[in-house]
Amino acid sequence: MPIQVLMPALSPTMEKGNLAKWLKKEGETIKSGDVIAEIETDKATMEVEATDEGTLGKILIPEGTADVAVNTPIATILADGETAADLAKVPAAPAPSVAQEVAESRSPVGEGKPMISAPKATAAPQAVAEPDPEVPAGTAMVTQTIREALRDAMAEEMRRDKDVFVMGEEVAEYQGAYKVTQGLLQEFGAKRVIDTPITEHGFAGVGVGAAMTGLKPIVEFMTFNFAMQAIDQIINSAAKTLYMSGGQMGCSIVFRGPNGAAARVAAQHSQDYSSWYSNIPGLKVIAPFSAADYKGLLKAAIRDPNPVIFLENEVLYGHTGEVPKLDDYVIPIGKARIVRAGSHVTIISWSNGMTYALKAADELAKDGIEAEVIDLRTLRPMDTETIINSVKKTGRAVTVEEGWAQSGVGAEIAARIMEHAFDYLDAPVTRVSGKDVPMPYAANLEKLALPSAAEVVEAAKAVCYR
Amino acid sequence: MASPKKAAADKTNGSSPPEFTKEQELKALRDMLLIRRFEEKAGQLYGMGAIGGFCHLYIGQEAVVVGMQMALKQGDQVITGYRDHGHMLACGMDANGVMAELTGRRGGYSKGKGGSMHMFSMEKQFYGGHGIVGAQVSLGTGLAFANHYRGNDNVSVAYFGDGAANQGQVYESFNMAELWKLPVIYVIENNRYAMGTSVSRASAQQDFSKRGASFNIPGKQVDGMDVRAVKAAGDEAVAWCRAGKGPFILEMQTYRYRGHSMSDPAKYRTREEVEKVRHDQDPIEQVRNRLLAAKVSEADLKAIDAEVRDIVNASADFAQHDPEPDAAELWTDVYR
Repeated sequence: MPIQVLMPALSPTMEKGNLAKWLKKEGETIKSGDVIAEIETDKATMEVEATDEGTLGKILIPEGTADVAVNTPIATILADGETAADLAKVPAAPAPSVAQEVAESRSPVGEGKPMISAPKATAAPQAVAEPDPEVPAGTAMVTQTIREALRDAMAEEMRRDKDVFVMGEEVAEYQGAYKVTQGLLQEFGAKRVIDTPITEHGFAGVGVGAAMTGLKPIVEFMTFNFAMQAIDQIINSAAKTLYMSGGQMGCSIVFRGPNGAAARVAAQHSQDYSSWYSNIPGLKVIAPFSAADYKGLLKAAIRDPNPVIFLENEVLYGHTGEVPKLDDYVIPIGKARIVRAGSHVTIISWSNGMTYALKAADELAKDGIEAEVIDLRTLRPMDTETIINSVKKTGRAVTVEEGWAQSGVGAEIAARIMEHAFDYLDAPVTRVSGKDVPMPYAANLEKLALPSAAEVVEAAKAVCYR
Repeated sequence: MASPKKAAADKTNGSSPPEFTKEQELKALRDMLLIRRFEEKAGQLYGMGAIGGFCHLYIGQEAVVVGMQMALKQGDQVITGYRDHGHMLACGMDANGVMAELTGRRGGYSKGKGGSMHMFSMEKQFYGGHGIVGAQVSLGTGLAFANHYRGNDNVSVAYFGDGAANQGQVYESFNMAELWKLPVIYVIENNRYAMGTSVSRASAQQDFSKRGASFNIPGKQVDGMDVRAVKAAGDEAVAWCRAGKGPFILEMQTYRYRGHSMSDPAKYRTREEVEKVRHDQDPIEQVRNRLLAAKVSEADLKAIDAEVRDIVNASADFAQHDPEPDAAELWTDVYR
């Protein structure tokens, strides 16, 4: 039977890509290892090599097709002795793999755009977003991936201030391990876009030392998992020096990179550090969800005179959103945003937790429960006021986080609600969180370990006694 | 127990270091005496309960910071670990401010919030004062990075001990410093004991000047008890760094007379070992003897003693009478 060539995934979190070019024509002989096509994402271009021998029977996805979902059949290869007539034996489309389901379950629903547009489109539910108070009415918007929004934020700040530079592993010549720093080397040169050796503890310290003299480093960790090697410099040197010096010597520095669970990379590469860093006085901690917030808050973080932990999310990098087309779009640190207004229950989350929160809000609406969804955006300083005002209105609260529940940010939110709005509560504050286990590798177990929209729905119904 | 190395200078250089002028000798004497008397006073105040927590005295090692400082110019940066009182005084920081920080008073360099191990002075380009062993090495490399980034010709001096020299981030820093040709002088103050563990019990390579060898960083062993040898080595390292050739390592062979901290009974070495170094190699006595041999009068030396004692006594007085920080200071300086 003819062999199907499927759209490959270039990274653990890739969900779709563009079929840029076919390098073989129908009818051409193919040997194992031949490059047959080029595919690209916003992150990289890769060659597709044949793993089977035969003749290229039929090209199913023509070159130039955008947004081809991973695992979509893109061509068939005929084995020796087979002819075009055999092509009919190929099933129309394979059953979606488990991995694909996992990827889809993580696609954001809050930005009103279906993420997988071709060849099969899944309609994403629309969130009823509250207008962003930071954006003047009538502002033109540009659709960008979060990856691009981050890159633009850095580029704009580097143009504005020559003391801003980027350092980290693979940030320059490789253009970023996740392509967040794409193009920066070309614009700003090797002096300001600096590839470091694999030496997190050391380069974090170098960054802090440079910041103590007044420079404004952006230190990229390839992931925050690796920042555990550097956490002494982040906390003992960056966070505490202003206090220990009686206000003389500060440290304007941004530590940024992907945080939390990626996809199928197991325990050592999948941990949410939200609660770790938000525990530390002297640090500011930001963990945005939408592309606009990624941009506006990274710009604010770079300008902030304090050390800022900027927690990104690898799963979200490729997701798009509307970013205001303003010369200088800066969002104040420490302000939560009500992304969806509602009166029955408050759902509080941040970063990729918003994916579950917003999806759950849509589900709840079908059952007549109107959830108010708050995107914290900044974890320290935490916008307690926005949370409390909402809870005073709804009387019920559910927190959603990918990290572990014990000593987590959800636990902190619950404590603040009890301190400031105990008399308004009609039900105990409930937490939805990552399960209390190291992240497993197997796709089904990984899915179970993470929170889900269904769990958020269940928690919200429970606090509404429904 | 290893016997004290008496003739480190002869072993490493093959000759005596260049002579100081009389002015240099007098300045070195005065600056070293200030550190010694200051530290003796700090020890006293600690014993009286006026200073709390940890207090690591620099007595015996004075020639290292004083000699190095003589090789630096305005704008060069200094950073060190927790045994930092001597470094601050050598940088020209005010004795009152340092002593008042030790007693936790509002007139201290950190308003009383840092203590013995955490003081800073932007004015004197002193970047601390760091309590985590080895952290200052990466930070000091960052200071050099900043000089390199700004394109000025300043150098940074990162001091650390034989104990810190075994920390991983030291080698991460060495690698980046040489890779990027950063103007940083790594001064390893080898006082032979990392707290209570002698170098021979902790270090596979006991020649610390070779610790940068696999990164191609040049290194030199220096008689850290002879301020002239320190200054000469400092000059060489500074010239290397200012010329854009990258980092330089200086192993200062020195000795701490007191315990690791005030609470250290120092059972890991004999009283005789300490006495022998004090008798044979004391950095201050070496200068004093040379000055006397050069016919500087006892009266002139006594005048220096008196000036230093006045400064130290005044600092102790200030540090005990300055008020504690206002309670409101608890909440300030967390964020800018």
